[in-house]
Amino acid sequence: MDAVFRALADESRRHLLDRLHEQGGRTLGELCEGLKMSRQAVTKHLTILEEANLVATQKRGREKLHFLNPVPINDIADRWINKFDCQRLTALADLKRNLEGPTDG
Amino acid sequence: MGEQFVYVTYIRTTPEKLWNALIQPEFTRKYWVESWQDCEWKVGAVWKLMGPDNQVKDSGQVLEFNPFTRFSVSWRNEFIPAAKAEGYSRASFDLEPDRDAVKLTVTHSFETVGTSLHAGVSDGWPKILSSLKSLLETGDTLDVTRRWPAEA
Repeated sequence: MDAVFRALADESRRHLLDRLHEQGGRTLGELCEGLKMSRQAVTKHLTILEEANLVATQKRGREKLHFLNPVPINDIADRWINKFDCQRLTALADLKRNLEGPTDG
Repeated sequence: MGEQFVYVTYIRTTPEKLWNALIQPEFTRKYWVESWQDCEWKVGAVWKLMGPDNQVKDSGQVLEFNPFTRFSVSWRNEFIPAAKAEGYSRASFDLEPDRDAVKLTVTHSFETVGTSLHAGVSDGWPKILSSLKSLLETGDTLDVTRRWPAEA
């Protein structure tokens, strides 16, 4: 669980997860498109995300495809959130989103 | 062009125990919202995911079956007409020993993007796999996976 929090404690890595959430199965090259980070930096971040099991990969021919793996986040959510009142938390999150507009979180 | 979703969890157990937990009704009922698979478990056999009311929730066919390593099934929803009309997806379960644990990878592939079957299972897989991990490592499942969801 430490590895998951460490991996999430970086804005660039959260951004990479957001991109994989929009569309999974992307190659390194596709993930680098439109980013200001160097290919090397993206590779480094992906390694940390993979070690935390937040990114799963699959080989297809010579290519490595990257997917967001939400299971570790669910493990965290269950430990601290699901035991409490989920609906009320969702309502609060919706209210915050409506008032503040989308944020990085 | 379709889409694919990959779910991975590392569980401190043996491939044999994990395999049984994935296949045997007395296990799946505990962590898989009371459901169980009605299947002869050989390639070509009919596969049915049965709900707690013994209704067929999803169905398909066994496509691959290598005990303790991998199995895959074709998968179509049977109880929501719009989802049923979307036809078959494919779900694969891969088990790989990894140090003192087993890496379980569930890959769910859809031929089209944005299906309602996917919308249903994308919420379910992380919870079911977290619960399976908890069951094998601690003997306890997660609350949220103990009952078939009321709205379904």
